[in-house]
Amino acid sequence: MQFFGGSEISPSPPVPTASGNNAYMLYIFNRNGVCLLYREWNRPLKTLNSHQDHKLMFGLLFSLKSLTAKMDPTCVDKGNLGVPQLPGQGCSFHSFRTNTYKLSFMESPSGIKIILVTHPRTGDLRESLKYIYNLYVEYVVKNPLYSPGTPIR
Amino acid sequence: MAPVAPRSGDAIFASVERVNAELFTLTYGAMVRQLLTDLEEVEEVNNQLDQMGYNIGVRLVDEFLAKSNVSRCVDFKETAEVIAKVGFKMFLGVTASVSNWDAEGTTCSIILEDNPLVDFVELPDTCQGLYYCNILSGVIRGALEMVSMKTEVTWLRDMLRGDDAFELQVKLLKQVPEEYPYKDDE
Repeated sequence: MQFFGGSEISPSPPVPTASGNNAYMLYIFNRNGVCLLYREWNRPLKTLNSHQDHKLMFGLLFSLKSLTAKMDPTCVDKGNLGVPQLPGQGCSFHSFRTNTYKLSFMESPSGIKIILVTHPRTGDLRESLKYIYNLYVEYVVKNPLYSPGTPIR
Repeated sequence: MAPVAPRSGDAIFASVERVNAELFTLTYGAMVRQLLTDLEEVEEVNNQLDQMGYNIGVRLVDEFLAKSNVSRCVDFKETAEVIAKVGFKMFLGVTASVSNWDAEGTTCSIILEDNPLVDFVELPDTCQGLYYCNILSGVIRGALEMVSMKTEVTWLRDMLRGDDAFELQVKLLKQVPEEYPYKDDE
Protein backbone atom coordinates (compact mmCIF):
# COMPACT_ATOMS: atom_id res chain seq x y z
CA MET A 1 0.00 0.00 0.00
CA GLN A 2 2.85 2.38 0.63
CA PHE A 3 4.92 3.99 -2.03
CA PHE A 4 8.60 4.28 -1.28
CA GLY A 5 9.10 6.63 -4.15
CA GLY A 6 9.98 9.54 -1.88
CA SER A 7 13.39 10.33 -0.50
CA GLU A 8 15.18 7.68 1.53
CA ILE A 9 14.85 8.47 5.22
CA SER A 10 18.02 8.37 7.30
CA PRO A 11 18.41 9.16 10.99
CA SER A 12 19.88 12.55 10.18
CA PRO A 13 17.55 15.26 8.88
CA PRO A 14 15.78 14.27 5.67
CA VAL A 15 17.45 15.62 2.57
CA PRO A 16 15.01 17.73 0.58
CA THR A 17 14.08 16.21 -2.78
CA ALA A 18 14.92 17.95 -6.01
CA SER A 19 11.55 19.66 -6.14
CA GLY A 20 12.21 21.48 -2.85
CA ASN A 21 10.50 21.07 0.49
CA ASN A 22 8.40 17.96 0.64
CA ALA A 23 6.18 18.91 3.55
CA TYR A 24 2.95 20.83 3.40
CA MET A 25 2.18 21.41 7.08
CA LEU A 26 3.49 20.61 10.55
CA TYR A 27 1.54 20.59 13.80
CA ILE A 28 2.72 19.85 17.33
CA PHE A 29 0.13 19.34 20.07
CA ASN A 30 0.51 18.59 23.74
CA ARG A 31 -1.69 16.24 25.71
CA ASN A 32 -4.27 18.89 26.55
CA GLY A 33 -4.96 19.77 22.95
CA VAL A 34 -3.00 23.01 22.96
CA CYS A 35 -1.39 23.52 19.58
CA LEU A 36 2.22 24.24 20.42
CA LEU A 37 3.41 24.79 16.90
CA TYR A 38 1.86 25.12 13.47
CA ARG A 39 3.87 25.74 10.32
CA GLU A 40 2.75 25.59 6.72
CA TRP A 41 4.76 25.65 3.57
CA ASN A 42 2.26 24.76 0.94
CA ARG A 43 -1.44 25.01 1.66
CA PRO A 44 -3.40 26.45 -1.23
CA LEU A 45 -6.85 25.85 0.23
CA LYS A 46 -7.60 27.22 3.67
CA THR A 47 -11.03 26.23 4.84
CA LEU A 48 -11.19 27.12 8.55
CA ASN A 49 -9.80 29.73 10.87
CA SER A 50 -6.75 28.54 12.72
CA HIS A 51 -8.37 27.82 16.08
CA GLN A 52 -11.04 25.65 14.45
CA ASP A 53 -8.40 24.01 12.35
CA HIS A 54 -6.33 23.02 15.38
CA LYS A 55 -9.35 21.68 17.20
CA LEU A 56 -10.39 19.69 14.18
CA MET A 57 -6.95 18.20 13.74
CA PHE A 58 -6.61 17.30 17.39
CA GLY A 59 -10.09 15.83 17.54
CA LEU A 60 -9.47 13.80 14.41
CA LEU A 61 -6.30 12.28 15.78
CA PHE A 62 -7.74 11.62 19.19
CA SER A 63 -10.66 9.75 17.67
CA LEU A 64 -8.51 7.90 15.16
CA LYS A 65 -6.19 6.72 17.88
CA SER A 66 -9.11 5.51 19.92
CA LEU A 67 -10.70 3.79 16.94
CA THR A 68 -7.55 2.03 15.80
CA ALA A 69 -6.89 0.78 19.31
CA LYS A 70 -10.39 -0.58 19.69
CA MET A 71 -10.29 -2.32 16.34
CA ASP A 72 -6.96 -3.98 17.00
CA PRO A 73 -7.37 -7.68 16.17
CA THR A 74 -4.39 -8.73 18.27
CA CYS A 75 -5.46 -6.98 21.44
CA VAL A 76 -6.98 -9.09 24.20
CA ASP A 77 -8.93 -6.50 26.09
CA LYS A 78 -11.66 -4.59 24.31
CA GLY A 79 -13.58 -1.87 26.03
CA ASN A 80 -16.37 -0.01 24.34
CA LEU A 81 -15.61 2.70 21.86
CA GLY A 82 -15.40 6.00 23.68
CA VAL A 83 -13.97 4.60 26.91
CA PRO A 84 -10.79 6.58 27.61
CA GLN A 85 -7.64 4.62 27.00
CA LEU A 86 -5.26 3.75 29.79
CA PRO A 87 -1.64 4.37 28.91
CA GLY A 88 0.11 1.27 27.67
CA GLN A 89 -2.94 -0.23 26.11
CA GLY A 90 -3.60 -0.41 22.45
CA CYS A 91 -1.63 0.14 19.34
CA SER A 92 -1.09 3.52 17.78
CA PHE A 93 -1.50 4.41 14.12
CA HIS A 94 1.29 6.23 12.37
CA SER A 95 0.07 7.47 9.02
CA PHE A 96 -2.79 7.69 6.57
CA ARG A 97 -2.70 8.50 2.92
CA THR A 98 -5.25 10.04 0.60
CA ASN A 99 -4.88 10.76 -3.09
CA THR A 100 -3.70 14.32 -2.42
CA TYR A 101 -1.68 14.13 0.80
CA LYS A 102 -0.19 11.85 3.39
CA LEU A 103 -0.48 12.55 7.12
CA SER A 104 2.16 11.09 9.43
CA PHE A 105 1.66 11.06 13.16
CA MET A 106 3.79 10.31 16.16
CA GLU A 107 2.79 10.42 19.78
CA SER A 108 5.21 10.24 22.66
CA PRO A 109 4.11 8.58 25.91
CA SER A 110 4.09 12.03 27.49
CA GLY A 111 1.34 13.10 25.13
CA ILE A 112 3.29 15.23 22.67
CA LYS A 113 1.81 14.64 19.21
CA ILE A 114 3.72 15.51 16.07
CA ILE A 115 1.85 15.62 12.77
CA LEU A 116 3.42 16.10 9.38
CA VAL A 117 1.35 16.48 6.22
CA THR A 118 3.28 15.75 3.06
CA HIS A 119 3.10 14.75 -0.55
CA PRO A 120 1.35 11.39 -0.93
CA ARG A 121 4.34 9.57 -2.36
CA THR A 122 6.50 10.15 0.72
CA GLY A 123 7.94 7.05 2.37
CA ASP A 124 7.71 6.15 6.01
CA LEU A 125 8.42 9.24 8.05
CA ARG A 126 8.74 7.77 11.52
CA GLU A 127 12.45 8.46 11.73
CA SER A 128 11.91 12.06 10.69
CA LEU A 129 9.20 12.49 13.28
CA LYS A 130 11.54 11.10 15.91
CA TYR A 131 14.16 13.55 14.76
CA ILE A 132 11.67 16.40 15.13
CA TYR A 133 10.82 15.17 18.60
CA ASN A 134 14.50 15.24 19.50
CA LEU A 135 14.73 18.80 18.24
CA TYR A 136 11.68 19.70 20.31
CA VAL A 137 13.42 18.30 23.37
CA GLU A 138 16.69 20.03 22.72
CA TYR A 139 15.40 23.47 21.99
CA VAL A 140 12.00 23.78 23.57
CA VAL A 141 11.98 21.60 26.66
CA LYS A 142 15.45 22.62 27.69
CA ASN A 143 14.74 26.31 27.23
CA PRO A 144 14.32 27.83 30.70
CA LEU A 145 12.22 30.68 29.34
CA TYR A 146 9.60 28.37 27.90
CA SER A 147 6.61 27.42 30.06
CA PRO A 148 5.21 23.98 29.23
CA GLY A 149 1.76 24.11 27.69
CA THR A 150 2.10 27.41 25.91
CA PRO A 151 2.55 27.85 22.16
CA ILE A 152 6.12 27.93 20.95
CA ARG A 153 7.29 31.21 19.49
CA MET B 1 10.00 -0.61 9.12
CA ALA B 2 10.53 -2.24 12.51
CA PRO B 3 10.40 0.18 15.44
CA VAL B 4 13.79 0.99 16.93
CA ALA B 5 14.55 -1.02 20.07
CA PRO B 6 14.98 0.91 23.32
CA ARG B 7 18.58 1.76 24.09
CA SER B 8 20.18 0.60 27.25
CA GLY B 9 21.09 3.05 29.97
CA ASP B 10 24.80 2.59 29.40
CA ALA B 11 24.56 3.35 25.73
CA ILE B 12 22.67 6.56 26.28
CA PHE B 13 24.86 7.62 29.17
CA ALA B 14 27.83 7.29 26.89
CA SER B 15 26.25 9.42 24.22
CA VAL B 16 24.73 12.34 26.13
CA GLU B 17 26.68 15.41 27.18
CA ARG B 18 28.02 14.99 30.67
CA VAL B 19 29.04 17.50 33.30
CA ASN B 20 31.68 17.03 35.91
CA ALA B 21 30.26 15.08 38.87
CA GLU B 22 31.88 17.27 41.48
CA LEU B 23 30.53 20.39 39.85
CA PHE B 24 27.07 18.87 39.93
CA THR B 25 27.36 17.80 43.56
CA LEU B 26 28.75 21.09 44.74
CA THR B 27 26.17 23.12 42.82
CA TYR B 28 23.38 21.08 44.34
CA GLY B 29 24.91 21.47 47.76
CA ALA B 30 25.19 25.21 47.37
CA MET B 31 21.57 25.37 46.30
CA VAL B 32 20.34 23.42 49.31
CA ARG B 33 22.51 25.54 51.59
CA GLN B 34 20.98 28.71 50.14
CA LEU B 35 17.46 27.34 50.51
CA LEU B 36 18.15 26.58 54.16
CA THR B 37 19.37 30.11 54.72
CA ASP B 38 16.43 31.67 52.91
CA LEU B 39 13.64 29.53 54.25
CA GLU B 40 15.09 28.44 57.61
CA GLU B 41 12.36 25.84 58.22
CA VAL B 42 13.45 22.35 57.28
CA GLU B 43 9.94 21.33 56.24
CA GLU B 44 9.72 24.32 53.92
CA VAL B 45 12.99 23.38 52.31
CA ASN B 46 11.78 19.81 51.81
CA ASN B 47 8.66 21.07 50.09
CA GLN B 48 10.58 23.51 47.97
CA LEU B 49 12.99 20.80 46.83
CA ASP B 50 10.07 18.58 45.97
CA GLN B 51 8.42 21.34 43.96
CA MET B 52 11.64 22.07 42.11
CA GLY B 53 11.99 18.40 41.37
CA TYR B 54 8.46 18.30 40.06
CA ASN B 55 9.13 21.14 37.63
CA ILE B 56 12.29 19.43 36.48
CA GLY B 57 10.53 16.09 36.08
CA VAL B 58 7.83 17.53 33.86
CA ARG B 59 10.46 18.59 31.31
CA LEU B 60 12.87 15.74 31.92
CA VAL B 61 10.39 13.13 30.83
CA ASP B 62 10.40 14.36 27.22
CA GLU B 63 14.16 14.25 27.05
CA PHE B 64 14.16 10.79 28.55
CA LEU B 65 11.57 9.52 26.09
CA ALA B 66 13.30 11.05 23.10
CA LYS B 67 16.74 9.68 23.92
CA SER B 68 15.84 6.29 25.22
CA ASN B 69 13.22 5.20 22.69
CA VAL B 70 11.20 3.22 25.21
CA SER B 71 7.70 2.46 24.07
CA ARG B 72 4.76 2.73 26.42
CA CYS B 73 5.18 0.54 29.45
CA VAL B 74 2.47 -2.01 29.84
CA ASP B 75 2.20 -1.81 33.60
CA PHE B 76 3.67 -0.12 36.61
CA LYS B 77 6.25 -2.86 37.20
CA GLU B 78 7.81 -2.22 33.84
CA THR B 79 7.70 1.52 34.49
CA ALA B 80 9.60 1.16 37.74
CA GLU B 81 12.22 -1.05 36.10
CA VAL B 82 12.72 1.44 33.30
CA ILE B 83 13.10 4.35 35.71
CA ALA B 84 15.62 2.50 37.81
CA LYS B 85 17.70 0.95 35.07
CA VAL B 86 17.54 3.41 32.20
CA GLY B 87 16.46 6.69 33.76
CA PHE B 88 18.81 6.86 36.70
CA LYS B 89 21.67 5.58 34.59
CA MET B 90 21.06 8.14 31.91
CA PHE B 91 20.82 11.17 34.12
CA LEU B 92 22.87 10.39 37.20
CA GLY B 93 25.18 7.68 35.96
CA VAL B 94 24.20 5.21 38.68
CA THR B 95 21.98 2.18 38.41
CA ALA B 96 19.25 1.65 40.93
CA SER B 97 17.44 -1.56 41.76
CA VAL B 98 13.77 -2.21 42.30
CA SER B 99 12.41 -4.39 45.08
CA ASN B 100 9.71 -4.78 47.71
CA TRP B 101 6.74 -5.09 45.44
CA ASP B 102 3.48 -5.23 47.30
CA ALA B 103 0.72 -7.71 46.51
CA GLU B 104 -1.13 -5.56 44.01
CA GLY B 105 1.94 -4.29 42.19
CA THR B 106 1.26 -0.65 42.92
CA THR B 107 4.05 0.12 45.38
CA CYS B 108 7.72 -0.58 45.05
CA SER B 109 11.05 0.55 46.41
CA ILE B 110 13.84 1.93 44.31
CA ILE B 111 17.19 1.44 46.00
CA LEU B 112 20.25 3.51 45.22
CA GLU B 113 23.53 2.18 46.45
CA ASP B 114 25.47 5.28 45.62
CA ASN B 115 24.15 8.71 44.93
CA PRO B 116 26.21 11.46 43.32
CA LEU B 117 24.19 14.19 45.02
CA VAL B 118 25.46 13.34 48.49
CA ASP B 119 29.20 13.08 47.95
CA PHE B 120 31.02 15.09 50.62
CA VAL B 121 27.77 15.84 52.48
CA GLU B 122 27.06 15.56 56.18
CA LEU B 123 23.89 16.72 57.85
CA PRO B 124 24.45 18.92 60.91
CA ASP B 125 22.33 18.49 64.04
CA THR B 126 20.19 21.50 63.25
CA CYS B 127 18.93 19.97 60.01
CA GLN B 128 18.06 16.46 61.01
CA GLY B 129 14.62 16.55 59.38
CA LEU B 130 15.97 17.52 56.01
CA TYR B 131 15.51 15.18 53.06
CA TYR B 132 18.59 16.26 51.18
CA CYS B 133 17.70 14.37 48.00
CA ASN B 134 14.07 15.33 47.97
CA ILE B 135 14.54 16.76 44.53
CA LEU B 136 14.72 13.19 43.21
CA SER B 137 11.33 12.34 44.62
CA GLY B 138 9.88 15.42 42.93
CA VAL B 139 11.49 14.49 39.62
CA ILE B 140 9.98 11.01 39.65
CA ARG B 141 6.58 12.34 40.63
CA GLY B 142 6.64 15.02 37.91
CA ALA B 143 7.84 12.67 35.21
CA LEU B 144 5.25 10.01 35.99
CA GLU B 145 2.48 12.55 36.06
CA MET B 146 3.28 13.48 32.46
CA VAL B 147 2.76 9.87 31.45
CA SER B 148 -0.64 9.73 33.12
CA MET B 149 0.33 8.16 36.44
CA LYS B 150 -0.35 9.91 39.71
CA THR B 151 2.16 8.74 42.27
CA GLU B 152 3.38 9.44 45.75
CA VAL B 153 7.10 9.21 46.41
CA THR B 154 8.60 9.06 49.89
CA TRP B 155 11.99 8.28 51.38
CA LEU B 156 12.32 5.13 53.44
CA ARG B 157 16.03 5.00 54.01
CA ASP B 158 18.49 7.84 53.79
CA MET B 159 22.26 7.40 54.00
CA LEU B 160 22.73 10.85 55.49
CA ARG B 161 20.76 9.72 58.50
CA GLY B 162 22.81 6.64 59.10
CA ASP B 163 21.12 3.99 56.94
CA ASP B 164 23.09 1.89 54.51
CA ALA B 165 21.44 2.90 51.25
CA PHE B 166 18.93 5.30 49.75
CA GLU B 167 15.48 3.83 49.41
CA LEU B 168 12.60 5.60 47.70
CA GLN B 169 9.11 4.26 47.93
CA VAL B 170 7.03 4.89 44.82
CA LYS B 171 3.34 4.32 45.20
CA LEU B 172 0.96 4.46 42.26
CA LEU B 173 -2.19 6.29 43.29
CA LYS B 174 -4.04 6.08 40.03
CA GLN B 175 -3.63 6.04 36.30
CA VAL B 176 -5.30 8.98 34.64
CA PRO B 177 -6.38 8.19 31.09
CA GLU B 178 -6.31 10.87 28.44
CA GLU B 179 -9.53 12.72 27.97
CA TYR B 180 -10.84 14.74 25.12
CA PRO B 181 -10.18 18.29 26.21
CA TYR B 182 -12.74 20.20 24.20
CA LYS B 183 -16.37 20.43 25.16
CA ASP B 184 -18.69 18.87 22.64
CA ASP B 185 -20.75 21.92 21.87
CA GLU B 186 -17.89 24.19 20.84
